[in-house]
Amino acid sequence: MGPRTVVEKTLGILALLSMMAGSYVGLRVVPADAAQGNVQRLMYVHGPAAWLAFLCFFIVFVMSVLYLIQRDERWDRVAASSAEIGVVFTVLTLLLGMMWGKATWGVFWTWDPRLTTTAILLAIYVGYGALRSFAEDEEKRARWSAIVGVIGFVNVPIVYMSVTWWRTLHQPPSSPRSVAPDILWTLMLNLAAFTLVFAYLMVRRIRLAKLEGELERRMAYNA
Amino acid sequence: MNKSKKIWAGLGVLAIAGGIAMLIAGGLSSNVVYFLTPSELRAELAERADEIVDQPLRLGGQVKPGSLTWDAEALDLRFVVADSLGEVPVRSTGAPPAMFKEGIGVVVEGRYTHEGVFESKNLMVKHSNEYEPPHGEKPEQMYESLIKSDG
Repeated sequence: MGPRTVVEKTLGILALLSMMAGSYVGLRVVPADAAQGNVQRLMYVHGPAAWLAFLCFFIVFVMSVLYLIQRDERWDRVAASSAEIGVVFTVLTLLLGMMWGKATWGVFWTWDPRLTTTAILLAIYVGYGALRSFAEDEEKRARWSAIVGVIGFVNVPIVYMSVTWWRTLHQPPSSPRSVAPDILWTLMLNLAAFTLVFAYLMVRRIRLAKLEGELERRMAYNA
Repeated sequence: MNKSKKIWAGLGVLAIAGGIAMLIAGGLSSNVVYFLTPSELRAELAERADEIVDQPLRLGGQVKPGSLTWDAEALDLRFVVADSLGEVPVRSTGAPPAMFKEGIGVVVEGRYTHEGVFESKNLMVKHSNEYEPPHGEKPEQMYESLIKSDG
């Protein structure tokens, strides 16, 4: 897809440096939680991964609404890119959460409302991706996936609120009042690092989507 | 689109619709009960013991302080799961998760037997959303001292 643009290069370097800083502080500087020990450090990657997944699907939602109103293929490309990256972050959230769960809860998985709704979240956006890959007509693909992008987003607040609404094994969301300042700042640093990684992936994926679109049109023209 | 692709696309849409339907039918209603509390289990037993006894279910509550016994040779673990209104004795085999101790929240999967004991097949430990370094002040106290040092 050609050499990286200046924006891509800058974001890539910033993402790499901030991830290194976040990992160093998270693993070596900040003391671990008294009750859980070192395994609590998984919080610094599990939490940010989950937040970024939510952000990705929120972007899919906004872009899908915009597409349905304006029918501009640019919105469709951003939505598709964001959904794909959101799936990556959701898988990461689940895998890191399973490791953390095994060490603290004693099990990798249980069908509590938080874990169940998160599994459904993954299914929705994997389904979104499947739908895209099987629809050949560009306009139909964009329209169908925009509809899924809007309806599917309903689940995001449900995942977030699941630990408040229902009994779960998963703990409720952390807040500045429930987290010691050192641990909170480390979490914020890693959230910033993850956001930069997301931004880097996003600009690359959107450019790739644009190139894919051009290729599709050229192939259609030649055929 | 050829036929097989159409089928796959249809399946994809069905999966999404199914997921959302599950959410609306099960998830959005208020009666999603992941575990019963000890007092709820007691009430259920009083009401319809024959439907509850020996059926798989989850029980969640606090490990009552002072109730824990552990036979390391037989790997036999006994404790009482309690809430403010009720208690249920639990028997579990095998080593518990590392964080297990008296006073902590647990969810146990198993059956309430005719002997009046909950036989646990799976013992899970809850942890809180509070995080603090060892021997540190509570976060609330840290904020208070921060505010005070500012003033």
